[in-house]
Amino acid sequence: MYLTPEQEAVLAGKEGETMAKVLKTLVMYGEIFGADKMVPVTSKDNHLVTSFGLKALQPVYELMEQLIEAGAVSKQGFSADPRPLDKNVPASALQKLVFNKFMYSRQDYYEKQLRELGLMEPDAFSCACYLDEMGNKPAYGEVLSWAESSAVVYANSVLGARCNRNSGIMDLMGSIAGCVPNFGLLTDEGRRASWVVRVETSGMPEAQLLGSAIGMKVMEDVPYVVGLDKFLGSELTDAACAYLKDFGAAAASNGAVGLYHIENLTPEAKRYGRELIRDGAREYVIDDSELRRVRLGYPLMWKKSDAKPKLCFIGCPHLSMAQLREWTLRLESGLRAAGRRKLAVPTVLTTAPAVKREFEKTEWSARLARTGAILSCICPLMYMNNPLCAPMPVITSSNKLRTYSTARYYTEAEIADIVTKGGGAR
Amino acid sequence: MKQFKGRAIAPGRAEAEAVVSRCGVNTLASFQKALQFGDKNATCGDQNNPDLYGKAMAGKALCLPQTIGSTTGGLVLYCACSMNRQPACLLFSEEIDSLAAAGSVLAAVWLDGAQMPVVDSLGSEFLDYVRDGMKIAVEPDGSVIVGE
Repeated sequence: MYLTPEQEAVLAGKEGETMAKVLKTLVMYGEIFGADKMVPVTSKDNHLVTSFGLKALQPVYELMEQLIEAGAVSKQGFSADPRPLDKNVPASALQKLVFNKFMYSRQDYYEKQLRELGLMEPDAFSCACYLDEMGNKPAYGEVLSWAESSAVVYANSVLGARCNRNSGIMDLMGSIAGCVPNFGLLTDEGRRASWVVRVETSGMPEAQLLGSAIGMKVMEDVPYVVGLDKFLGSELTDAACAYLKDFGAAAASNGAVGLYHIENLTPEAKRYGRELIRDGAREYVIDDSELRRVRLGYPLMWKKSDAKPKLCFIGCPHLSMAQLREWTLRLESGLRAAGRRKLAVPTVLTTAPAVKREFEKTEWSARLARTGAILSCICPLMYMNNPLCAPMPVITSSNKLRTYSTARYYTEAEIADIVTKGGGAR
Repeated sequence: MKQFKGRAIAPGRAEAEAVVSRCGVNTLASFQKALQFGDKNATCGDQNNPDLYGKAMAGKALCLPQTIGSTTGGLVLYCACSMNRQPACLLFSEEIDSLAAAGSVLAAVWLDGAQMPVVDSLGSEFLDYVRDGMKIAVEPDGSVIVGE
């Protein structure tokens, strides 16, 4: 890999041993993938995947302490993934004790580290940092050193920024060094598609199911999706962006998709069209039966398959303002139809802190509260992944949460039906 | 006995029993419970991986196509190495993915004496051949010898 004289000097220790190790990490990482050079990180802000003060991640905090002590901090500000705790989310006394005193006992310490390293603002915790209200929205063509699979795939695909599927810690290294190795999704060639996905469903496919099917099929390859613009249109409206946010998160977590192109909709697909498709690209046709097949393949991790749901999570990744309004309407309508005033299942809608603040300034906030729903900024995944929550019959419309926990997946319409009418799981 | 040749990402020697995943390994889903609750065997907790779910990964030769899923993957591997609960080696049939590569590099640069040889590009024939429990020997040049 070509390194500038300045980079060679840093590697040789000009800025200290720790900075040399930071750059060495990035160079070794790039060399594995044949990177030809380091390129500057050009986004204003960074995004880190690690937001939780989990006792088990002590080695990470020790490494961060080493960086802070050596003054190896980023010149960028950054947001981070959602916090793992929220006292408003239902939990038993035992769960609260375990969360606060054992599992996430390092939370305060870790947040202090994040502030020292350059957290944008004390509440900059969301997986959907690119939402307008959060203020970390890169522009087309900007080079990022982000992690968080759902944010990376959104930044690449919907915003046209350039970012590899960096791991946690590697995200921080690139931000500190101010450069990242040039390979994969940072290059024109790496952004070309090796799959053509034809959507031939009878109606608008559920975003989280479609993303799951594509992720499981193409794994880390780039898919070029044909036929979805028929349902989403050719403009990146709030509704289309929300759909693509959820679609991408499912593709990234059920597989390892870091970039997708939607014909006639996403920026590079609009600009370059089918030139983005590589010669010899494979084809995957998705119709109603294929989505059914994929869904039937999801394992059910509940002890009793007909258990009554004890909790519902909506919003992994975090919901946008438009989605919060849409869910409010959906829950109100479901309650009216069921002849109920309050939801039958404790239901948590999750969103970014800045979106929550803005939402709470509107009349929608009181309407949502009247349904009995809880609005939170928690990370549902971090809530679920422990022996106390894992046996709980939790339902969700998130395919990402399904993948990483014992939560049971339902479509958005099914979720609305279950939480407003109650009864056992269907 | 059969020998395969791959690319040594983190060169080293290892001898261990194989544990095999024919689908992509979701690192966070596989290791999270084990790291969180002190399981020294690093029992795989990924419900979506029928090949690995419930099996010990620590000290085993983990044979896989790639890793997938959350971008915490690399730091999870780094933590597993730091806590000495890592697989004896990682053997990829395909080219290594960015998350596993990050975990391997982070462990090599930031941990003293981390031992987790990593070999990639062993080919699909490697995954077709290898079975759980087979004896694996890894050489620093990326050679992998699979015994019965």
